[in-house]
Formats: sequence, C-alpha cells, structure tokens
Amino acid sequence: MPVRPILSAMRRNKVGAILIALQMALTLAILCNALFIIHQRLHNSERPTGVDEDNVFVMLNEWIGDTQDIKSLQQADLAALRQLPGVVDAYPTNSYPLSGGGWSTGADLALGQKHATAHTTDYFADDHAQDALGLRLSAGRWFNASEVVDRGENDEKPPSNALIVTRALADKLFPDGTALGKTIYVDDTAQTIVGIVEHLQTPWVSSSWAEGFIENALLQPNRIIAQRYYYIVRTRPGQIGTVPAAAQKALLALDKERVIRNVRTFAEVRAKAYRDDRGFAIILATVCAILIAVTAFGIVGLTSFWVTQRRRQIGIRRALGATRRAIVHHFQTENLIIAVAAAAVGAGLAIGLNIWMVSKFEMLRMPVAVVIGGAAAVLGLGQIAVLWPALRASSIPPALATRAA
Amino acid sequence: MSMIAYYFRLALRSLRRNPVLSALMMVAIGVGIGASITTLTVLKLLSADPLPQKSAVLYYPQLDPRGSASTKSGAANAEPPDQLSYIDAMYLLNAHRADRQAVMAAGNFALRPDPVNGRAVKGFFADARETSADFFAMFDVPFLYGSAWTAADDDARARVAVISKALNDKLFGGGNSIGRTLPAGRGQLRIVGVLRDWRPTPRFYDIESRSSFGDAEQVFVPFLTARELKLGLDGSINCWSNSADIDHLETADCGWLQFWVELDTPAKAHEYLDFIGAYSAEQHAKGRFERAPNVRLRSVMEWLDYKRVVPGDVRLQAWLALGFLAVCLVNTVGLLLAKFLRRAPEIGVRRALGASRRAVFLQFLTEAGLIGLAGGALGLLLALAGLWVVRQQPADYAELAHLDLAMFAATFAAAVVAALIAGALPAWRACQIPPALQLKAN
Repeated sequence: MPVRPILSAMRRNKVGAILIALQMALTLAILCNALFIIHQRLHNSERPTGVDEDNVFVMLNEWIGDTQDIKSLQQADLAALRQLPGVVDAYPTNSYPLSGGGWSTGADLALGQKHATAHTTDYFADDHAQDALGLRLSAGRWFNASEVVDRGENDEKPPSNALIVTRALADKLFPDGTALGKTIYVDDTAQTIVGIVEHLQTPWVSSSWAEGFIENALLQPNRIIAQRYYYIVRTRPGQIGTVPAAAQKALLALDKERVIRNVRTFAEVRAKAYRDDRGFAIILATVCAILIAVTAFGIVGLTSFWVTQRRRQIGIRRALGATRRAIVHHFQTENLIIAVAAAAVGAGLAIGLNIWMVSKFEMLRMPVAVVIGGAAAVLGLGQIAVLWPALRASSIPPALATRAA
Repeated sequence: MSMIAYYFRLALRSLRRNPVLSALMMVAIGVGIGASITTLTVLKLLSADPLPQKSAVLYYPQLDPRGSASTKSGAANAEPPDQLSYIDAMYLLNAHRADRQAVMAAGNFALRPDPVNGRAVKGFFADARETSADFFAMFDVPFLYGSAWTAADDDARARVAVISKALNDKLFGGGNSIGRTLPAGRGQLRIVGVLRDWRPTPRFYDIESRSSFGDAEQVFVPFLTARELKLGLDGSINCWSNSADIDHLETADCGWLQFWVELDTPAKAHEYLDFIGAYSAEQHAKGRFERAPNVRLRSVMEWLDYKRVVPGDVRLQAWLALGFLAVCLVNTVGLLLAKFLRRAPEIGVRRALGASRRAVFLQFLTEAGLIGLAGGALGLLLALAGLWVVRQQPADYAELAHLDLAMFAATFAAAVVAALIAGALPAWRACQIPPALQLKAN
C-alpha cells in the first residue's frame, strides 16, 4: 500500500486528522488507567483470606445485661454451638479477616526496640480456632487447651507466651526461615512461636495503611472476656444453610440478655469488605464502555465525512483501475497512521496520568504492558470503526468519475 | 433579534437534515455533561461546609505529648496526634480560655428501654456522644423539646441525657419525653432534651470514629457521667508509650478525646494558639512532653482538608468524568467540523448573496448552541439517573445525593458553553469559505 498519496490526502484534512488523533489519544490515556484500576480492585477482592470461606460464618455477640461472669456464659454458648448438627467447631475472638476492625501491633526481635520489625494484626485464638477457621498449619503445632488464658479487651499486654504467626510474618521476622521456636516481643512481652499458618489476612482491606502488611497476622492463645466479641463457626461442607439461624436461636435460648447481630457467612463478609471496590470497578467499566462507543462513533462520523468529500476522487481512482479492496485499504491505512500517532501521544499521556495519580491518590505504578495492551486495543478500535465508512467508499462506482460533480 | 430567530430556524433545519449525526453529537455532550454533573454533585456534597454559619470560628487544638522523635511512636511524624489525652483535654476544658469549649468521645452502649405502650422493647446498642455542656451551643444544635444540660451538670456528673429525634420517635412515639428515664448501661439517665433533625455533613467534630458521613449520634451524655457509669467507648485510642494502660484512660499516655473551641475573633484564635503553645512549653519544661511545643489550631474546613475526608475514589471519579467530557468535546468538535464543511456550497452561496463572515459564524455557533441545549437536557436526565444510581449505593452519604438548583442551572450552562467551545473552531473554519470559489465549483 503506497503511503504517500494517503499522507498527501491527510495533509488536506489536517484538522480532522488531528481531532481524531487527539480523541484516540485521550481515550487511550483514560482507558489504560481505568482498566488498570479495575484490574487492581478486582484482583484485590479475590485474594484468599486463609479461612475456609465456603463453610464459615460469624456473629457479633453483645452482652447487654449487668453481666458479671462472661466466661461461664461464653463457655455455655460454645458448648451449645459445637453440639449443633452440621457444626464442625466454634470459637470466640476479637476480630477476623476482612471484618474491617481489629487490633494492630508491632512484632519486635528485641525488647524495647525503637522501630517495630513488622506490623501485624493480633487475633485471639483458642484450642478450637484452627478447626473453626479451617486454617492450614504449615509448621509446628496448634495451641493446647491448657495454654489458653483469659484476656480483657483492654489488656494491652498479652497474658500468654505462645504464639502462632502467618508464613508471611514469619518470613518478615526471620528471612532465613528459622522462625519456629524463636522468641519475639509483642507489646514488650516475650512470646515463643509454636506454629506457622499458611495464610491469614488482616481485618483491613482497601486501606493503603494496611495493604503493606495484609498477610501479617499473629494468633495468641487468649480467650476474650468482653461485653462484645465475635463467634466464628465452621460447618461441614455444604451444610451451612440453616445453621446460622439455628445458632442464633440456640444462643438466645441460653440467655436473652444479649444482642446478636451481623450474622454473616464469609461470602457476605467478603462482599461487604470489597463492596466499594467492586462498585468503583463497575462505574469505571461503564465509563470505559461509553468512552469506547463515543470514540468509535466519532471515527465513523469523521471518516464518513471524508468519504463524502472525496467521492469524485474515489470514483476516478476506481475508473483508473483501483480495486474495491484498494479503496478499503486506503482508509484503513489512513486510520492506522492516525492511530499510531495517537497511540504514541496517548501512551505518554497514560503514563503521565498514572504518575499524577500515584502522587495524588495512593495508586500503584502501571506496568508498561497495560499501556501496550491499551494501545493495541485503540488501534483495533480504529480499524473496526473505519470499516463501515471504508466499505461504503469502496462501493462508489467508477462511473462517478465520468459525471460532473 | 430577528437574525437570531432566523439562525435558529436554519439551525433546526440543519439538525433535522442529518438526524443521526445530530443525535450523535447531542448524546456525546449529554453523556459527558451527565457524568460530570453526577460526580461533581457528589464531590460538592462531600466537601461541603458542615456548619456554614459557624465553621470559621470553631477550632480544633492539637498538642504533641509524644516521646521524642527518635522513639518508636514518634517515627518521624511531624504532625501532632489527632486526639488529646485525658489530662490535656481536661486542662484545656477547665482553663476556660475560649468563648466556648467542649471535650468529647464517641460512645456505644446498651439501652434497655422501658416497655412502650405495654409492649416490651428489645435492648439495643446506640451510638452516643460523651461530651460537655458547650457542645450544643457551640455547634448550634437545634432542640425540639427541653434544652442542653449545664456546666454544673457536667461537674456534678448528673445522670442526664439528650436524645436524637429518631431515638425519641422510636422510644416515645415522638412525644415530649423530657423527664423520662433511659436505662443506659448500668445507670439510669433522665432525659433533659430532644433534638430536632440534626446531621452535620460531614460529621466534622469526630471523623476518627465510625464514618464521616453517617448519622449524628442517638444519645448525648455528659462526659464525666459516662466515665463514672463506665459507658462504652467506640473511638480509636492511640497510645504513644509502650507502658500505656488503656484500662485507666484518665492517666494513660493515649490520645482518645476530641476537643473543640469557639473563638469569635481572629485575635482570640491567635491568643489561644499562644496559650496552647505556652502550655506545651510548660509541660516540656516539666518533662511530661518530650518534644518542644508542637501545636496546631485548625478551623473546621482546615481540619476536614487535613484529614482528607473526601474519599480518594470520589475525587478520582470527578477527574475521570471531566476527562471523559474532554473526549466527548473533542468528538463533537470533529463531528461539527465535518457537518459544517459538508455544507460548504451552501455557505458559498450565502456569502455570495451578501452574508458577512460574522453572520456565517453566528449562524453556525447558534447551531452548536442548540446542540448544547439538547445535550444539556439529555445530560440533566442522565445526571438524575446517575444520582439515582448513587443513592442505591451502600455508601453512607448516598441518600444525600440530590441535584440542587445551582447544579441544575450549571448543567445547562456547562452544556451550552461546552457546545459553543466545540462549535467555535468549526464555525470559524466555515466562515472562512470564500464565496467566489464555491460558486465556481458549482
């Protein structure tokens, strides 16, 4: 395909070509960044928590009476929950992954360190917690019943000395992989790592503060003695169905002086935790779709105009022996030249926009592959949009050349 | 005037001649404007002044009692903590150096109400504000029944409460409940005031706890009363010493209280800043504050800005919508150019018949403006639809998203201005077409 006649034709239509190129470049810049954000949000919302999510549900239990002996009430609750048909195990805790609220602390290698070696969340656990969450232990052991001690919600220092950490936290503290059996300091209290779990996320997601240590969790053999805490219950595979309702009924039958709320399956917990991210991804996707449509129709409109403008020239070229295919190729090549120029400018704009957003909105840097993919998509979009006007051009009869305008 | 009407008729005729192209341009402008107005309405809602009549005279003092910058908690953060410790907050409260001052904390505790009309009401947890008497006058809180408690009630740790209209409706069927009792936690509170609907947006006075755009609290209790009754706290507690004992918050090195002052003149604000600076210097000299005085006194809007209450996603959406509008405008420029130049023969004839360049320019600009008006109408419908979608979202500000009159007018103005900008270049190109050449070619 000779490019020279196309270029000279474009020179006669500079403004139109520049407008199409500008529109494609802006579209590329917005599209790349929007798609990158969508990818980020959806990717984040699918990360596993380490919990057996299909079979676990949670409930928030709040004692509203003048409750003196929370421990015995709690033990009665747990006995009832563990006896329910379909239930594997249950345990009480201060927080759980994706809950949105919990404890954070620092894990140190020495006493009185100035900067914490690792940030981590701090979960309460007992001897039943592993089965109740469905956690996979990759080294060491779980807590025994005799290790589990009472802890109020305001006890800053852990009353226990055994600790289970996640693989990520273990590797952060001891990069050489020797964490098991080591002593670390949490809230200036010596703790021995007795076990390592594969995965367990923090309660916080979609916050730039917590993203840095989302896989860092430690479990302490502590029984939460407080007005308000969660019960985590795991059911046998596929049997979750009516268990949450039965569990609530069983607890209220034991003692009415309480409020049970936020009863959620883990699927609901996950949906709630990533609600805003998913909503934002949907908005962005809608904008992208409309943007693509607007740009495509813009290309169709302008190219159609050029076709109308050049009807006579096209007729003459056809009369001089140009095939229909050659006419279609002319407009396709023309669009390709514009699109390549647009892609070059748009890629620069996309990267600039990303750098600006990184500085303003705590965003990650966009990989170059996204820009290349976006550029390819915009080139493809141009080719698809130009096809209809190009086909119309190719159907201009050669006889047109013989007629006066 | 008659010329304008004539241009108007020409424009209508022209738009009808290419219905698809005309519709395409109107849709492009409409979609761009609709998206921009929707996101800007939400942005405006979220960055609004929560208390326009008073926000300029309300200030949030911050002190820096943390360890020296080299310690763990200090970690190179130059800004003082967001909340005050009990010792500092009570000192500022009792100093009475501002026109008004109030200490406050977010609370959440069980209410176990008496039966209503013989029907038992289930106990529930209510969000509360544990504060001092000036809170109500300082923030212009409107009362439906009764009034605020007094400073004497604060000191006496009186068992009193002010409740929201919503809670009054729920517990007392909306009647005058002054003097009724409210069993809260382990105590009995006597209701002294019922509020009218009150929902400062954002809830500027405490953006640390809960969400910044949610409802105001249901129960207001004197701070010292709440401490004495051990009513539950619900805010964040940040401690700057490892030995902090959060079971005894009255003495702990932890920030957990918000504190607001009213200072009616800039001179008073200046004095107050000096006052908290001097207090810090004194505490530093005593060794209680390890750092040299590091104080702030931010007004309401400065505080909201500093705390970045407008979610990043909302700002990002607004930018995105404006970028989208830019693409739509470039698109419209291109289409208008094509449309106008296609009518070159007609322009040539009009020019030959004596129409000035100005007349041709105005004629095409009128057509562009007309497209803008139609696009604006479409944009308005889309903005209404967009805001409806926003209201269906689970965000806690969602229900407040409505198009106001200013935004309604702005929609049309923006659409017409956008279309005129988009039309200027094509109209200018069109009016450059020389008369003679076009006559010859025909």
